[in-house]
Amino acid sequence: MEALHFHFDIDGEDFSSAGEASVAVKKKLRQLGFPSDVIRRCSIAMYEGEINMVIHANGGSADVEVYPDKVVMVLEDHGPGIPNVELAMQEGYSTSTEQIRNMGFGAGMGLPNMKRYTESLEIETKVGVGTKLTMVVRV
Amino acid sequence: MELREIAELLKARVLSSEQMLETEVHNAFCCDMMSDVLAFATNQSVLITGLLNPQVVRTAMMLDMHCIVFIQGKEPTPEIVSLAEANDIVVMVSDESMFRAAGLLYDTGVLNTDEE
Repeated sequence: MEALHFHFDIDGEDFSSAGEASVAVKKKLRQLGFPSDVIRRCSIAMYEGEINMVIHANGGSADVEVYPDKVVMVLEDHGPGIPNVELAMQEGYSTSTEQIRNMGFGAGMGLPNMKRYTESLEIETKVGVGTKLTMVVRV
Repeated sequence: MELREIAELLKARVLSSEQMLETEVHNAFCCDMMSDVLAFATNQSVLITGLLNPQVVRTAMMLDMHCIVFIQGKEPTPEIVSLAEANDIVVMVSDESMFRAAGLLYDTGVLNTDEE
């Protein structure tokens, strides 16, 4: 079966609309009849990624491919990149500003949460160029 | 426990999705950091928070939560209320502190486990 493909442009200017793509993916997966735990893991992982793109990278794009046995989410931005991925993967490590923390994010849980809820998280990043995250959730 | 009973217990004003007040819930989560909610909330149905922005509603949506209680009388913006309304999430505002709101619910003996 051919994969279903969804593309989203993530607006980096508007924090209050962040998460709209994740909500759309969640609705699609529900319509397609995926189990609720799969839907929840996909939506949380993608939501964290979307929030990260808005707060760190001035937006980007998300491409979601849905197969019968897995969901692949690719999030790509042209932001500052992650200088030390190992450090960024540690729970509690964050480069966020006080302003971001006041909005309820930037607790250093974004990437760890993405790893927690997916079967694989691949990070390709280059300082000054951008970051590409590929996440796979298996059904 | 029904959401309606929670509203009564916390003397809360209900601002959205009144049609959902008969929803039965068994557990709750208190937090102002949405990242922590995403990391640690498992099956909780009620989010008690003092944070006011639309991401609170989106976080609740990601976790299939049914209700958000804003504490300390914090008034959500119309944008927050309408986003919740559109997604059948009950928003209520209580004058209680987070500590007291959690304590009152915990004391009912219902909202104290991770189990549905």
